[in-house]
Amino acid sequence: MGRGRFNLLFYYGIAYLVFLYAPVLLLPMFSFNDSIYVAFPFKGFTFKWYEQMAASAGLTSAFWNSVKVGAGVAVVSTIFGLLGAKAVTRYRLPWSGPVTGMIMLPLVIPGIVIGVALLSIIRKVFDLELSLLTISAGHVLLCTPFAMMVLMSRLEGFDKSLEEASLDLGENGWRTFWRVTFPLTLPGIVASLLLCFTTSFDEFILAFFLAGNEVTLPIYIWGQLRFPNRLPATLALGSCILLGSFVIVTFSEWLRRRGAKSALPAGL
Amino acid sequence: MNQRQDFISIQNVSKHFGAVRAVDALTCRIAQGEFFSLLGPSGCGKTTLLRMLAGFESPTAGELFIDGQPMSAVPPHQRPTNMVFQNYAIFPHLDVRDNIAYGLRRRRLSRRETDAEVEKMLELIKLPGYGARRADQLSGGQRQRVALARALVRQPKVLLLDEPLGALDKKLREEMQIELRQLQRAVGITFVFVTHDQEEALTMSDRILVMSKGRALQVDNSTLLYESPNCREVADFIGTMNFFDSTVASVNGEQIELDAGPAGRLKVGSGGRTLAPGMSVTLAIRPEKLQIVRQKPGEGANFIQGTIGAEAYLGDRSHYYVEVPGLPRRIAVALQNAARSLDNSASTGQSVWLTWEPGAAVLLTE
Repeated sequence: MGRGRFNLLFYYGIAYLVFLYAPVLLLPMFSFNDSIYVAFPFKGFTFKWYEQMAASAGLTSAFWNSVKVGAGVAVVSTIFGLLGAKAVTRYRLPWSGPVTGMIMLPLVIPGIVIGVALLSIIRKVFDLELSLLTISAGHVLLCTPFAMMVLMSRLEGFDKSLEEASLDLGENGWRTFWRVTFPLTLPGIVASLLLCFTTSFDEFILAFFLAGNEVTLPIYIWGQLRFPNRLPATLALGSCILLGSFVIVTFSEWLRRRGAKSALPAGL
Repeated sequence: MNQRQDFISIQNVSKHFGAVRAVDALTCRIAQGEFFSLLGPSGCGKTTLLRMLAGFESPTAGELFIDGQPMSAVPPHQRPTNMVFQNYAIFPHLDVRDNIAYGLRRRRLSRRETDAEVEKMLELIKLPGYGARRADQLSGGQRQRVALARALVRQPKVLLLDEPLGALDKKLREEMQIELRQLQRAVGITFVFVTHDQEEALTMSDRILVMSKGRALQVDNSTLLYESPNCREVADFIGTMNFFDSTVASVNGEQIELDAGPAGRLKVGSGGRTLAPGMSVTLAIRPEKLQIVRQKPGEGANFIQGTIGAEAYLGDRSHYYVEVPGLPRRIAVALQNAARSLDNSASTGQSVWLTWEPGAAVLLTE
């Protein structure tokens, strides 16, 4: 009986994974296909789309724009997230529930609503030029909740008395942070940086509303889709991003789990 | 040595968490070099008081003085105190050496001086050669010692210990009690020790403050706390006690006669207190001060008649629970099994008399 149940679940699992990942796998497959059209049957194996991708100046600059925005957003969001997480987990804060809720809100508000709202504030209220900075600001709004969640679980995982012990042993709050809190939170901080970077790197809707002359990679790709002959190079790019994201996310998850283990009070 | 009696002075200190009065207008003095225990059931405010001494909580009212200095404006990292935490709080990312050396950073010692200090401490806590171990490679007892060394290496004026033996098993705990006591005598530092274990407090302390619901009930040494508790709560918390609700029947100088209801007429000394007939008081007698006799004692002696309701053989001693018609609780009696005997002379259902020496009972007026 148990065996039959297991089999049914097993096939369900397989079907589920195929449904999820088969379309994604088509991307790298067609990026090696020697044809402009994304259609079976395959015409032949080629690297030329990758060469075309590397040769494209617009693509390269969009890529570096995304890296710049992603890196900046990762650092700023992680700092905000760390401060927020520390406030919520370490102090008896009035209204900490509602405040946390407000910070988490961008996770559930549709991106398009935030995009329109930010665009009208930036243009109509502050009258700022759209640039990579405005994209970054939007992304910080989106990434801070992620950072805060990762870091809250990390800070909750380690014993508050470790920080008290440091204060007790003569170190003030600032040095306590660097000698105890920071090293023990480090895996969480790295995970948060990576998570924020990939979130920003992938993000389309906010960037679409908030981009000026300089575009990020997702917007560049969106623009390229109008030209059929550029589609295969975009597939090549998509494959590269897929691989990169996969590596980063796997690494950050590995770090998080390792951290979760070492944060347990040793022994007892 | 010129020891100051008010080395630590707690003056009218209160700590409220919202509506909860964790510590309520508590006043107490602790002498220099004393092993002082804060004893009470969980939630009595003893840990809050300790954390106020360490600086982790600030008093809602009142002031704490250590070595004559008011502490309210002094942050934890500048106080002359160090703490051994309940869970030891050993830094998991540092090895034993760096844990012990953690608090030496501000002293700006050379590496060699630091190493010497650490070695000295490892010697003191009997863990030489353990410097390179990580926290998760230590047993509970070893971790407790490292926490102790980490605090003592800073040569604090006061060492605060928050139930440091609670996590250890019974045998190890008893060993550590003796070791900790010896260590305290050796280093001469004032120890303030929080525990809910009355036996532990009695074994280790010079003086004990018994707390309940944020208030100080009694401050005395172990013997006085045990033999002459000042109220029913202390008597009940420390050891086992038999209570007899009574009213004063007659006063004849030092001699008081009590009407203990079902337990009959009992005589007790007034202990210098002024009592008047009709006052309600409590007579308290420890189980081991009672004797079980088979014949009715002679005139003049205190006695209560009852039947043995239950008995428990504990090896070195036996406990008997004597029922007296009309008394709400059975009277506990503890007898030392001093002579080796395979024959238990007192047994369940037997009718017996309980008697005690004139000075063995305590008269409680509260």
